[in-house]
Amino acid sequence: MNGMAPRTSTLPCAAAPFLGFARHLRGFGFAISPGQVTSFMQAVALLGPRSMNDIREAAYATLAPPPDRRGEFDAHFRAFFHGEVENFIEVDGEEETGIKDDGGDQRQEVDIRRDDESGESASAAERLGLRDFRRNTEDALASFRRELPAVLPVRRSFRNVRTHARGKLDLRRSLREIVQADGDVPIPLFRKRQLVPRKLLILIDISGSMKLWTEDYLRLAHAAVHAAGAEIFTFGTRLTRITSPLRIRDREQALARASALAEDWDGGTRIGPVLLAFLAVPRFSAFARGAAVVILSDGLERGDHAEMETAIRRLSARAWRLSLATPLAGDLRFRPQTAALKAILPVLDDLVDGSSIAALTKFILALARPAPRAEHLWNKRA
Amino acid sequence: MSASAEQIAASPEAIAAALEDARYIADEGLATAVFLAIRLGKPLLLEGAPGIGKTEAAKAIAAVLGRDLVRLQCYEGIDAAHALYEWNYQRQLLAIRHAGDQEIDIYDDRFLIDRPLLRVLRAPERRVLLVDEIDRSDHEFEALLLEFLSDFQISIPERGTLTAASQPIVVLTSNRTRELAEALRRRCVYHWIAYPDASREAAIIMLRAGDVAEATAHAVAKAVGGIRAHPLAKPPGIAEAVEWANAATMLEKTGSPWPLAFRRAIGVLIKDEEDLSYIAPELGRIVEEALG
Repeated sequence: MNGMAPRTSTLPCAAAPFLGFARHLRGFGFAISPGQVTSFMQAVALLGPRSMNDIREAAYATLAPPPDRRGEFDAHFRAFFHGEVENFIEVDGEEETGIKDDGGDQRQEVDIRRDDESGESASAAERLGLRDFRRNTEDALASFRRELPAVLPVRRSFRNVRTHARGKLDLRRSLREIVQADGDVPIPLFRKRQLVPRKLLILIDISGSMKLWTEDYLRLAHAAVHAAGAEIFTFGTRLTRITSPLRIRDREQALARASALAEDWDGGTRIGPVLLAFLAVPRFSAFARGAAVVILSDGLERGDHAEMETAIRRLSARAWRLSLATPLAGDLRFRPQTAALKAILPVLDDLVDGSSIAALTKFILALARPAPRAEHLWNKRA
Repeated sequence: MSASAEQIAASPEAIAAALEDARYIADEGLATAVFLAIRLGKPLLLEGAPGIGKTEAAKAIAAVLGRDLVRLQCYEGIDAAHALYEWNYQRQLLAIRHAGDQEIDIYDDRFLIDRPLLRVLRAPERRVLLVDEIDRSDHEFEALLLEFLSDFQISIPERGTLTAASQPIVVLTSNRTRELAEALRRRCVYHWIAYPDASREAAIIMLRAGDVAEATAHAVAKAVGGIRAHPLAKPPGIAEAVEWANAATMLEKTGSPWPLAFRRAIGVLIKDEEDLSYIAPELGRIVEEALG
């Protein structure tokens, strides 16, 4: 009768729990599309369902939880359909990890230099030391900016482009030409797959323990943004995307804006949760896909490092090459001996010295060249 | 003519039984996933460690349905010409020469080289498509595949769009060396093949290996389970376990006593120098326990 009734009203009551389960899972960060929910219900109907197990199998097959979250998925299933709460997985006891993306909003220029707040703690001697290196650093940065575009790692693009020589014969296009020319063979046309640079993603740790180096890192990031269109994030207790402020040409102004954007300067570190938050935003994690990812951090995680291990493992599955540059490695006696570093070493491509701009620029400029895996190198040294 | 796919996929149990006839032992989850993929008309995405039997599963599914398996092996740099179709330019040129003044359609079927995806599209009721190790391809190729898997059609500029007469059955496998696009996972029925428990692995070894005694199969399954519990760079898959059982049996027949035969055949099970040196001190104990 009522043709205008919303479609949901035609759904049988029995279907409600399945919709509810999908909604419940979405609330815990599982990406589930409406199409998957439809398949889930179709699958349940197809299977009978004769038992709870059928529903469980259908959920696994159609909602496709990532393998490393199967345990969590199972707990959610039991909680939702069986009402078991006691062994429920606590996802994150602490507050949600804050994410901030300037998203191109026009902020007033706020002239806060980091030094003004916390510079007191850096001793005078250190400052003097820094000043001595300043000129070298400037040279290193300038040549970094000049050389980077040409030495970025490349991949073959999927598309073919026309070329005049040095490629494969473009038979398809040539044949069309031949047909047009009535059987004459004109000059053969060539095509080749272009080489496109891989993306560069730099994640900068701005926690208290990294205080001495963050300013240098930001200047390096500024150069990388201008030379190679790199993506830059800072993290401490929160995650902040500072790529857009760094696009400002003038470095001092760009750095000031970027500093104002991040709110967690010189605080604690929550590398694991922050990186997981980074991966949870599809737009952000897409930056990592097939990219050269450089994390500038000492890898000193507050508390348990299990989450950090998971995050790094997931990041390395997306990235083309995942490198951790730690200022601690500037010391010759440095060995990856903390539990966290030991745990992530097998999935890292590189674990390198990040104690100076010169060392870092040298490393980033050499990203395209193959190197032995970090685990191999450090195990040999040990 | 064999029975239709729907008739064969009457229930997950029927699938499991049919797969076992095709010499593949599937657990409940896999049988359900195969059943759902066939009945919902969706591609089946199998993920799991290398050597766990993903490709074998696809072969068994094709055998159960009585269809040919068309395999597309992915690799870094695979492109459309390798996956979809290509024109046979040489023949086209010859045909133009040969035709002389006559009119000729150089975009005729006989000039078209079918690649796996097109081959399946042409006869979906007779073929099963296996897209193997999709994690090795570039993400652009994944996007291309996504388009194919959603509509089951291919556009050829010179010919127009070809659409499959019926939904083809597609199996994708991935070793999970990199994460697949969410969109691809979403479009598929998904199953993560885990390592089987000892009794099922023993059954698989019995089925797969040449002539291995039942006691040996059980010992191998138990020992391999023990070895997998250690943090190795490359834990042994089922294929390696089968080979190990075969190799140890052969050594035993030629005169090595039992525990020694296992230890001497370790090279077919663990193929990584660091893993070997890691497991070596433990190996004796693991094998003794499994045999005991």
